[in-house]
Amino acid sequence: MNGKNIEIRWHGRGGQGAKTAALLLADVCFKTGAYVQGFPEYGPERMGAPITAFNRISDRQIRVHSNIYNPDLVVVVDETLLTSVDVTAGLSEDGAVIVNTDKKKEEIIPLLNGYKGGVYTVDARAISVAALGKYFPNSPMLAAAVAVSHVMEKEDFIKEMRASYEHKFAKKPEVIDGNMKALTETFAALEDQL
Amino acid sequence: MSRKDRMSGNEAVAFAIRQVNPDVMPAFPITPSTEIPQMVSTYIANGEMDTEFIPVESEHSSMSAAIGSEAAGARSMTATSSCGLAFMWEELLVAASNRLPVVLTLVNRTLSGPININCDHSDGMGARDTGWIQIYAENNQEAYDNYIQAFPIAEDKRVHLPVMVCQDGFITSHAVENILVEEDEDVKEFVGEYHPEEFLLNPGKPVSVGPYAVSAYSMEAKYNQELAMEASKEVIAEVAQKFRDKFGRGFTFFEEYRTEDADYIMLIMGSAAGTAKEAVDELRDAGVKAGVLKLRVFRPFPEDEIAKALRGCKAVAIMDRCESYNGNGGPLSSEVCAALYRNEVFIKTVSYVYGLAGRDFTVDSAKKVFSQLEEAAKGVKIKQHTYVGLRTKS
Repeated sequence: MNGKNIEIRWHGRGGQGAKTAALLLADVCFKTGAYVQGFPEYGPERMGAPITAFNRISDRQIRVHSNIYNPDLVVVVDETLLTSVDVTAGLSEDGAVIVNTDKKKEEIIPLLNGYKGGVYTVDARAISVAALGKYFPNSPMLAAAVAVSHVMEKEDFIKEMRASYEHKFAKKPEVIDGNMKALTETFAALEDQL
Repeated sequence: MSRKDRMSGNEAVAFAIRQVNPDVMPAFPITPSTEIPQMVSTYIANGEMDTEFIPVESEHSSMSAAIGSEAAGARSMTATSSCGLAFMWEELLVAASNRLPVVLTLVNRTLSGPININCDHSDGMGARDTGWIQIYAENNQEAYDNYIQAFPIAEDKRVHLPVMVCQDGFITSHAVENILVEEDEDVKEFVGEYHPEEFLLNPGKPVSVGPYAVSAYSMEAKYNQELAMEASKEVIAEVAQKFRDKFGRGFTFFEEYRTEDADYIMLIMGSAAGTAKEAVDELRDAGVKAGVLKLRVFRPFPEDEIAKALRGCKAVAIMDRCESYNGNGGPLSSEVCAALYRNEVFIKTVSYVYGLAGRDFTVDSAKKVFSQLEEAAKGVKIKQHTYVGLRTKS
């Protein structure tokens, strides 16, 4: 995967933060000097309905304003989508899919319609509950997207995310460390898969 | 000095509103423009601007309130989308005919039905003959830049007309992208203070706003309104030049992308123009002389300039993000064809309808259109009023 020009598609369910994760990724990549796009696809949005969000990250100005049909990376925030949405549709075989699940990679591969590229699993629930005491999958999935895509250096990512959380959670500082822990734990959990 | 930032289109417009700090903003929320009054309200609550925000109970009222405050001498604006604009209809005409320089930021969304929240230009196009100047944006940057230019255009005494600044719902309004924003004082200086020549709250010079006019006067009033629209071209060009001089960006009536030697040109408005440019680059690499004419100003319609720009090409695709339900193509198609004919530019034209109610327009969609233009130039008859990306029975 060319970390400089990359297209990412996020699959989640309304309310899980896939859109927020896409916007956070655009934000953090912008801070390292990249051209970015982060946008959701809106349908009849409601809690629990399948939603899609997208990122384009590039070293040159981005002019295309369409959805992404041939992504380099797919991030699946909710594994129950695997049986209803063709998440790997159009996904580059040189690319990868990351699935939020407590299952092993070998159990997930048969659900991916024969996809032959990289497959990574992250147990975002376990990471989030351990770090934050609650289930917010978007921080771990965001870290996983950065770890797998190499869109930026881990150190830069961690530094920028701390600044971002400090701004976002200025009135709830108690959740900053938990979110930071969720990020670093995700990198650690993915280490033996990378 | 310009500062690099990243914002959605709605954030960019709200940021510009804070910088301009208009006197009055009545608004009623509607998707996908809701964030604009929401963000402005936050700026006001935080003491970052002192616009009088009026939460009204409908769009008919938001435009009515904007008309009232503008007539009183206050710089006024509002924001809306889709059915919200449709509900303002009557008042849009009142604002224009009373020559009130109200600014409306329109986040384009389809009109019902079926009920749908996504982008097309049917709302803006529906209001094309209400006497408003209309300026369309490709991205968040242009949405920001156009909003700032709207006031000096609208308030110029040669114009005195309301201005609608448009951007594509969700596609740019909800997409976070890179942007250059300007310093508050530079924006304020560019827009200037508002000093209306005549206004209601001026005891030294009483005026009537919106009186009845008998037939002996009405036609002249309408003619003068049309003259103002024609005169606005000069002002739009001056303001665009001043903006370029100060901030180094922008176009006058349209952007010409690789059209200088183009055989095939796509004429398009809004966010899809960027996608079309990407297709042009790919086609140029393959030896096809393609180009894009991105229309920025739809009202007044720059017919002579468009005809001149298209004169040298073999075929043009005219792209309407709107259906007119008239059996004769969309508004852009009808008006461009008329412009070409009047200017005796007899090139091949093919009218297309694309992107209705958020139907995606991709680089491949654009390339298919260009390949049909190549056929048209060879003399193959291409069906007029062709729908791009329509699902058909297979």
